[in-house]
Amino acid sequence: MEIIAAYGFIFIIIAVVFGLYMTWGVGANDLANAMGTSVGAGAVTVKQAICIAIVFEFLGAVLAGGHVTTTIRKGIVDPSAIINDPQILVYGMLASLLAAAVWLSVASAKGWPVSTTHSIVGAIVGFAIVGIGIDAVSWDKIIKVIASWIVSPLVGGTISFLLIMSIRKLILNTDTPLGNAKKYAPVYVFLVGFVISLVTLFKGLKHLKIDLSIGASLLVAVCIGGIVAFVGWLLIKRIKFDENTDRKYQFVSVEKVFTPLMLFTACSMAFAHGSNDVANGIGPLAAVFSIVDSGGEVMQKSPLPLWILLIGGGGIVLGLVTLGYRVMLTVGKKITELTPSSGFCAELAAATTVVLASRTGIPVSTTHILIGSIFGVGLARGVGALDLRVVLNIIISWLVTLPAGGFMAAFFFFTLKGIFG
Amino acid sequence: MKTTNPLVKLFRQSPFKPVQEHMRVVAKCMDEFKPLFDALFKKDQNRVKEIAEKIDKIESEADEIKNGFRLNMPKSVFLPVARRDLLVLISEQDSIADSVENIAGILIAREMEVPEAIRDLLWELIQGTIDTYNKALKVIEELDALLGVGFGSKYSSFITDMVVDLKQTEEITDDVAKELNRILFSIEDQLKPVAVILWYKLIKEIGEVANHSENVGDRIFLFLAK
Repeated sequence: MEIIAAYGFIFIIIAVVFGLYMTWGVGANDLANAMGTSVGAGAVTVKQAICIAIVFEFLGAVLAGGHVTTTIRKGIVDPSAIINDPQILVYGMLASLLAAAVWLSVASAKGWPVSTTHSIVGAIVGFAIVGIGIDAVSWDKIIKVIASWIVSPLVGGTISFLLIMSIRKLILNTDTPLGNAKKYAPVYVFLVGFVISLVTLFKGLKHLKIDLSIGASLLVAVCIGGIVAFVGWLLIKRIKFDENTDRKYQFVSVEKVFTPLMLFTACSMAFAHGSNDVANGIGPLAAVFSIVDSGGEVMQKSPLPLWILLIGGGGIVLGLVTLGYRVMLTVGKKITELTPSSGFCAELAAATTVVLASRTGIPVSTTHILIGSIFGVGLARGVGALDLRVVLNIIISWLVTLPAGGFMAAFFFFTLKGIFG
Repeated sequence: MKTTNPLVKLFRQSPFKPVQEHMRVVAKCMDEFKPLFDALFKKDQNRVKEIAEKIDKIESEADEIKNGFRLNMPKSVFLPVARRDLLVLISEQDSIADSVENIAGILIAREMEVPEAIRDLLWELIQGTIDTYNKALKVIEELDALLGVGFGSKYSSFITDMVVDLKQTEEITDDVAKELNRILFSIEDQLKPVAVILWYKLIKEIGEVANHSENVGDRIFLFLAK
């Protein structure tokens, strides 16, 4: 307890710095990936994407980011064995943050497709094993999380496959594709607003002292869906179509309908990303703050303070502004291989999957889910060529990241313990 | 800059772009088809040689695209159509250019004189072959739009109609070739034996151009069938 009292402030400062560094990395890479599709389709410019990101990343973090943060800060490790040595958990969380950040830098330099989520989870598990004991790890939770890393891209792929098949059935595979596109596209926009707000609202806002019943949640979600659908309808009305009725031209026009609608999927992706990935950086920070603030209470009964969520959102936006916009351009260029309608499906599927995971408190990788969703489009024969080696690389990076993050966290843990005692 | 981004590495170039690019180069070859026979009919051997050289160059250009395409198609790519079908498609397209080159080769090796009896029908065969090719080219130009709708919509029935039309044109051209062979047989005695053999060969090669064009359409059928 004396150590906490003596160095408490320093611990928080270190945690804020490491947390910012982590979220900065997340913003430079992950968020740029998530929004690159819309930039590539020409729905939004890079500047607009950054503005959208600032607003919706914060909204996602504040409204729906609490569950995953809770998992990271106290769901993986059971600290009941170190009630009398709270500094152990502080060292561990600091070590985990540092390990994940260092591992991400190494991986980026080597060109490995490593996920921030996997790095931080691996690091926390690594520290818990050496710092507290193998029984301190909530293995059933870890198994759930790891299973979700395999399941979530599959879920994203399934949703995007179903979405694109429905677009073909209702719009493309009809005698009047353009007319049907104008008719049904607002319905898809409604889905974007409805699904994401419903998942977020239903029993998800307790940390803001708002508890909506299922009926109230449905009502609000329908309203939000209706509003975005209306905006979508206005955007579609503004598009100028050539009065050419040539068949091929009709399909070009259908894609023109979907281009501005990717504005909405960009917003939902930023929201989904904020709700899940912010936690990677601020979960450990929240843990450190909670322990220090309570004077050494490891069970962390206090709720997550809002300012920590804001720091997380700020770090991510900073990463996007400093480096992420370049990634966004690169991804955007590549993604022109997707038609706007299939890009719309992939993003909507990915955002829905991520928000669902966030609601259940499971930390997932936005990028991996987006890749799964793009493969869903590919299975529907909607993409020219996808490189399957990417999937293999991702699996290898999983197998390497978990132990690497863990070993590094253990190393930093003992270093910090040596410094502070 | 080396990219670490899995999303950037995920997308490879659509295989349909090089297929279309290749077909357009073959089209440049086909542009020389009529002028080549024009020169033959006018007995302008210098012009024939000139055009044959041009065809030679265009054919090598097509070859390069084909080879590059094959190298760019590792087994690890996930495609909306069978990889094998794509490789066969581009080699069918390439065979069109090869046949045109062979025709030009015969015409420069030997100064051929067009017998009066086959003149009109030969023009008809040439025109029919060019028509068949142009219809195949039009189908290939629709490939990217076909990808956009996932190969399975009403749009594909529109493509199916195009391919059926292509096949009908090829059949008519085939009948012209048969008729030409029959006439050639009836005037065999009036021509030099070597000339007769080469005329048969020429008619066969011209027919091959139409044939390969039809095969291109058949491959597109395979894409739609899955």
